[in-house]
Amino acid sequence: MSATMTSGTVPGPAKDERVSRSLGRRRNLSNLVVKTLCIIATVIGLALLASILFTLLYRGLGGLSLTVFTTSTLPPGSNGGLLNAIIGSLIQTLLGAAIGTPIGLMVGTYLAEYATGSVVGNAVRFVSDVLLSAPSILIGLFVYELAVSPFGGFSGFAGCLALAVIVIPIVVRTTEDMLRLIPSTLREAVIGLGAPKWKMIVLVCYRAARQGIATGILLAVARIAGETAPLLFTSLGNLNWSLSLGKPMASLPVTIYQYAGSAFSDWVQLAWVGALLITFGVLAINIAARLLLRGAK
Amino acid sequence: MSATATSPGSGPSFSSVKGHGAATMNAARLAIRDLDFFYGDHRALKTINLDLPERQVTGMIGPSGCGKSTLLRVLNRMYDLYPGQRATGQVMMDEVNIIDSKVDVNSLRARIGMVFQKPTPFPMTVSENIAFGVKLHEKLSKSAMEERIEWSLTRAALWGEVKDRLHSSAMGLSGGQQQRLCIARTIAVRPEVILLDEPTSALDPISTLKIEELIDELKHDFTIAIVTHNMQQAARCADQVAFFYLGEMVECAPAVQIFTAPKQKRTQEYVTGRFG
Amino acid sequence: MLPSTPNQEQTVPQAATVTSPRHRPKTSPGDAIFAAIAKSSGVFVLLLLGAIIVVLFLGGLQAFHAFGPYFLIDDDWDPVQDVYGAAVPIFGTIVTAVLALLLAVPLAFGIAFYLTEIAPVWFRRPVSTAIELLAAVPSIIYGMWGFFVIVPLMAQYIQPPIIDNLGDIPYIGTLFQGPPFGTGILTASLILAVMVIPFIAATMRDVFETVPPVFKESAYGLGCTTWEVMRSIVIPYTRVSVVGGIMLGLGRALGETMAVTFVIGNTNRITSSLFGPGNTIASLVALEFPESQAGTLKLSSLLALGFILFVISFIVLAISRLLLRPRLKT
Repeated sequence: MSATMTSGTVPGPAKDERVSRSLGRRRNLSNLVVKTLCIIATVIGLALLASILFTLLYRGLGGLSLTVFTTSTLPPGSNGGLLNAIIGSLIQTLLGAAIGTPIGLMVGTYLAEYATGSVVGNAVRFVSDVLLSAPSILIGLFVYELAVSPFGGFSGFAGCLALAVIVIPIVVRTTEDMLRLIPSTLREAVIGLGAPKWKMIVLVCYRAARQGIATGILLAVARIAGETAPLLFTSLGNLNWSLSLGKPMASLPVTIYQYAGSAFSDWVQLAWVGALLITFGVLAINIAARLLLRGAK
Repeated sequence: MSATATSPGSGPSFSSVKGHGAATMNAARLAIRDLDFFYGDHRALKTINLDLPERQVTGMIGPSGCGKSTLLRVLNRMYDLYPGQRATGQVMMDEVNIIDSKVDVNSLRARIGMVFQKPTPFPMTVSENIAFGVKLHEKLSKSAMEERIEWSLTRAALWGEVKDRLHSSAMGLSGGQQQRLCIARTIAVRPEVILLDEPTSALDPISTLKIEELIDELKHDFTIAIVTHNMQQAARCADQVAFFYLGEMVECAPAVQIFTAPKQKRTQEYVTGRFG
Repeated sequence: MLPSTPNQEQTVPQAATVTSPRHRPKTSPGDAIFAAIAKSSGVFVLLLLGAIIVVLFLGGLQAFHAFGPYFLIDDDWDPVQDVYGAAVPIFGTIVTAVLALLLAVPLAFGIAFYLTEIAPVWFRRPVSTAIELLAAVPSIIYGMWGFFVIVPLMAQYIQPPIIDNLGDIPYIGTLFQGPPFGTGILTASLILAVMVIPFIAATMRDVFETVPPVFKESAYGLGCTTWEVMRSIVIPYTRVSVVGGIMLGLGRALGETMAVTFVIGNTNRITSSLFGPGNTIASLVALEFPESQAGTLKLSSLLALGFILFVISFIVLAISRLLLRPRLKT
């Protein structure tokens, strides 16, 4: 057997320690350079976040007062607040989430429990994933054509619908993922007791995955709370106090948009206050969702 | 090639343990002295003292978790990749303690190569796989590189099977071929020591046999350490065998002695299959 | 009791087998109803996508009829003459998105590389979270931050020296000409880049982590440095998914509205300078929509633009999904 092999001697020049060492130095240097660049990239990323948060605090904190929460938007110079925008945002966000969540939950359930490997299931998953990143302004246009234009006017309800469409794919994603984490032994144990499948899902799987599912809902709420574009053509914004879902409704992001571009310094100031509130609110919900998920896993 | 007289399926008889080198161990290429190893707070190796004799095969056996793979990963500083893992003591190679943090690990790993449990062909062609490691440490002309590729594939007993597909993806080779490619890739760098971490555990018996023959051939030029779960394999391949248990090296002796007349009771129990 | 235990053990399973086969119908009515609700919810999502496409297309039909395929290449957007062409916003959308990627990909790669191979383990989670929070900041905040922080920086410190030094060079100089307003195509791309960095970085981090450690170890075993392992093993191994992650970022950048609207300058013409103003489909729709009456050709043209944007994003996002699926199950 050994006869078929060339024996011990290595072809080519003998290993030159000097070459190998100088190569090594160069390689270590380029390694160091790339690592340094990566650290710089990360520092830039963190600095961007810090810059945004600092700008919000710097410009927004000064205008933060009780009036912001007790007074509605008023004409420039009249010491107005953001009450109607805050309430409007709360209503539309919560109602949007309330409409979108059950649908998303059922779609996620369908994907995890019923559609494994089926063509329809794969199509649904694919479409849901695409909707997850679809331009939100187009959701606004869609709802405008469907629920504003035919019914003769902008309405808070149309805003809720647009936000609900955004909620669905987010809830689908987390629900499916979380249901899939449940071990099949648990499922078999429940079925083995003679429970029908729907009871297994509702009573056991949902309960086992509840933290993960709640995370998805929280993330969806955080996402739609800051959405501006889909509301521009649906709930439009309203500078007056109104709680009617049939009429245009104010929201924080749209009010920020209207105020930030205005020529009045007190409006711009209020826009910063609103920006501060919405950003820290959204980030707080996000962090809460992450903590919840960490608990779930 | 008397070494391959035993086939992998020949049962637990150690009558065919190799005689060569049984009593005469060469000078140590690596000398391990008072080595301790920690995963965080857990002490995984306890005061290990062991010589790897030059151009001979040291087999490391013992039940799972006994520390034999850990020892292998200390020898080429693979543990450096993982924070919280650290080694204390000495591993001497040419008067240098290679676990000293001042030692350049990249050139150390060129001198001490390693082959893993599962074949790890890189996502490139067969010849690129070989050239990859060589280029890290040497500047070769195109023809010299081609020679090197042929040489290392020949040494790894793979040249005949792949010489027509040097430029197709290495992922397309069979498991046994992939593992021999990994061995070829390691020897192409011309290391002095080769560490084999259960190199045949993912392979079929025929591929296993080929790798074992290869080890026997390679020890003419390289110092080899092989971790194995398979005691017949240790008996067939190794000149000396070290038995590990719970992070300690219980016994190290020429292969014949370990399998026929172990000094320690635990070694005897293990090699006769009473635990592990 | 003790002597009788073996007997008991034998009788227990027998008892179980006797009682267990209760004859239930294969699917209870509750099951059938629940399954039907789940499935129809799934189908609803399919219909939703179809409805978005159909509604936007029908809304834009008037414009497609009026201008035909010429709509796509006409660079004239003139509400006074009631003539609308999509070339300027399409151009602006693609240019800003691609420029944004050119800026974002190297940074996102650096961050992902840092997070998977370089950072100390205890430091990875907080940094990861911070980068992901960047993705959670609402886009209107990026718009304000861009307008009040980045635009003045560009106008004072970045654009003037570039215009002075590069503006006179033949050919490439045209990219850097014009007054330093601070707004414009490049500024919009910059903000977009910041917005898509977290998406690309998080995806790259996740795909890098799918490389089996033993492959990396065997490269290290040959004496590779960290960068060599990344370049020669991790990137080739994950190439397809990395492209998928970049496409995901592209999809996000194409449809971004509020941030761009604040800083792009909103002009309906194509300028050769990166500092010149422009428009994207999303920002044009956001700005012009409030001034469009229902039933007008203008509104229809905006909906037609929306349809075009949807088709472009759909294609990009679909490619992204297809590329990412083999590696990431998410």
